[in-house]
Amino acid sequence: MAIFIDETTRIIVQGFTGKIGTFHAQDMLNYGSLVVGGITPGKGGQTHLGLPVFNTVKEAVQQVGAEASIIFVPPAFAADSIMEAADAGIKYCVAITDGIPTQDMMTVKNFLRRFPKDQRMILTGPNCAGTISPGRAMLGIMPGHIYMHGNVGIVGRSGTLGYEAADQMKRLGIGISTSVGIGGDPINGSSHRDILEKFEQDDETKVILMIGEIGGPQEIEAGFFAREHMSKPVVAYIAGLTAPEGRRMGHAGAIISSAGEGAAEKIAVLKELGVVICPTPAAMGETIAAVLAKL
Amino acid sequence: MDIHEYQAKDILSGYGIKIAEGGLAYSPEDAVQRAREIGGHVWAVKAQIHSGARGKAGGIKICKTHDEVEAAAGSLLGKRLVTHQTGPAGKVCSRLYIEAGTDIVKELYFCFLVDRSEERIVMIGSAQGGMDIEDLAINNPDAITKIYIEPAVGLQDYQAREMAFALGLDAEILSHAVKTIKGCYLALRALDVSMLEINPLVVTRSGELVALDAKMGFDDNALFRQLKISELRDKTQEDPREMAAADRGLSYIGLDGDIGCMINGAGLAMATMDMIKLVGGEPANFLDVGGGASAERTEKAFRLVLADKGVKAMLVNIFAGINRCDWIAEGVVQAVKKIDLKVPLIVRLSGTNVEEGRRIIAESGLPIIIAETLAEAAEKAVQARNEVVAKEAAAQEI
Repeated sequence: MAIFIDETTRIIVQGFTGKIGTFHAQDMLNYGSLVVGGITPGKGGQTHLGLPVFNTVKEAVQQVGAEASIIFVPPAFAADSIMEAADAGIKYCVAITDGIPTQDMMTVKNFLRRFPKDQRMILTGPNCAGTISPGRAMLGIMPGHIYMHGNVGIVGRSGTLGYEAADQMKRLGIGISTSVGIGGDPINGSSHRDILEKFEQDDETKVILMIGEIGGPQEIEAGFFAREHMSKPVVAYIAGLTAPEGRRMGHAGAIISSAGEGAAEKIAVLKELGVVICPTPAAMGETIAAVLAKL
Repeated sequence: MDIHEYQAKDILSGYGIKIAEGGLAYSPEDAVQRAREIGGHVWAVKAQIHSGARGKAGGIKICKTHDEVEAAAGSLLGKRLVTHQTGPAGKVCSRLYIEAGTDIVKELYFCFLVDRSEERIVMIGSAQGGMDIEDLAINNPDAITKIYIEPAVGLQDYQAREMAFALGLDAEILSHAVKTIKGCYLALRALDVSMLEINPLVVTRSGELVALDAKMGFDDNALFRQLKISELRDKTQEDPREMAAADRGLSYIGLDGDIGCMINGAGLAMATMDMIKLVGGEPANFLDVGGGASAERTEKAFRLVLADKGVKAMLVNIFAGINRCDWIAEGVVQAVKKIDLKVPLIVRLSGTNVEEGRRIIAESGLPIIIAETLAEAAEKAVQARNEVVAKEAAAQEI
């Protein structure tokens, strides 16, 4: 098994008929993802890419059995789309949109917490590249061909750095069970910790690579979780050794705003907690290989 | 986005927070005129720069005569103030805020900010005002009160009262304190404020609660719906290169090193900079060119990086996902031909159509150094940089 998505996951695209939604919906279809339709309010009843367009997520759930959704809606409306998906009974949602206001994300998180846990939609992102279970399904904007199927789970904030990791592993013949982007925003749907928990429960995943960065408490939280609740080894790389304090390094959340949020500090704590640290970003593949060899 | 103290105070007074009488001045004459209008016998002449800790940097002067106001204004205008928040380059003061002196009985610390781990807004207060809250958090954490606000229902009166009592305020000003605290919260929610700090919040001899300083930062992602706030932007307080980058849709941060960087994606950019450092170099900048690195965009990015005259070598690292390495290679080749590149250029391409991309660069006839891996790219960049520096040193000796 992979986590979150496989070839049987019925996917819809929110912001389906827009330029970006169209491009990536086609790309996901080409990869083999089971895209069953999309949402564009006001265009319900039309057909796009040979698939039905719905006015609401509820209709898509009722009529084509949508289970997972991906959001390409502009930042001003994205929070609303996420909440619509949650309310309609979507189980897993990836928000690609970059630039959602922080207060909107607080509202989203608060909204999600109202659902009992067994009925609560899992959100990853926003501001991420999505999720891929190589060879099975892609729910994202990544180049699918760089991922090989295998036993390593990846969770990371960054898109291209995640690609770099997958590429390094592929060169060494190492494949991936699922790669999950949790996005670069300060408040996100799922944390590193949340994804580690899923990988721990997944039979197929043997080792997890966590790609973190400066800013926020999530990498450290994940480190404590790994020590206390995980049997599988966790390998980490934390980006941003050269980042100055108080400056936003591209991602809205990549900012050192208090003590302990720098890369060197996070690395030191993670080491203490028994997480295997990649000595350089060029050594993510090798480090994983070494850990796999010891299993 | 940050704003000035006087702008923050203007906003807060609209939400019922009491501030001292004051006015803006652009010259010593203005400053004296403001002092006359305000009246009284004591004035604070305050440098308006985007930073806290201005007092320690000499940016706030207490004056007792109009002559003193004039002299203080003359000494502050045009001055570069360096605080621990501005970095070594400091920030130039081009506006002053002249404020009526306040008779202070008690100084308090008060702020609201977004707590990332709790995913909600937290209100922080301390009866020990005027101090750096980070120092206080380390040295005397018990002196700090934190109250989390439930986003669905907002700040409740009992929470405001709890904070007022924690701040050691008397019962007589309780209702005023609740109004002040709630006013701040309303401003925060209505205007997409990510950080609001009043340090110090003071109790005056006449028993009023006054915001003596005010610092506000706004969520950049929300500026599209805060047009009035966007207008408050003071570009003179921001790095001109970063502003130029933002205007071109690029994310750029200037640093102190000398290896220029152009990378797609924030995470890969940070990782590439880390790699440079790990092999003995220092990056000159952070630059995320984003996904669609077209020829035009690449050229803009090159110009931006090379505007920093300290750059001795340049490293391009692109992982082509949706776009393709051959397109990016074309873009780099076109950009290099257009601009007069004087420093060595190291290019590392990876991802879709990588062979084709490398071929285009190799066949361009341009002196571009190609690297295959991330480590090799950083090593070659540092090596090229060292050669340039050695050559410069040799030339100087002659």
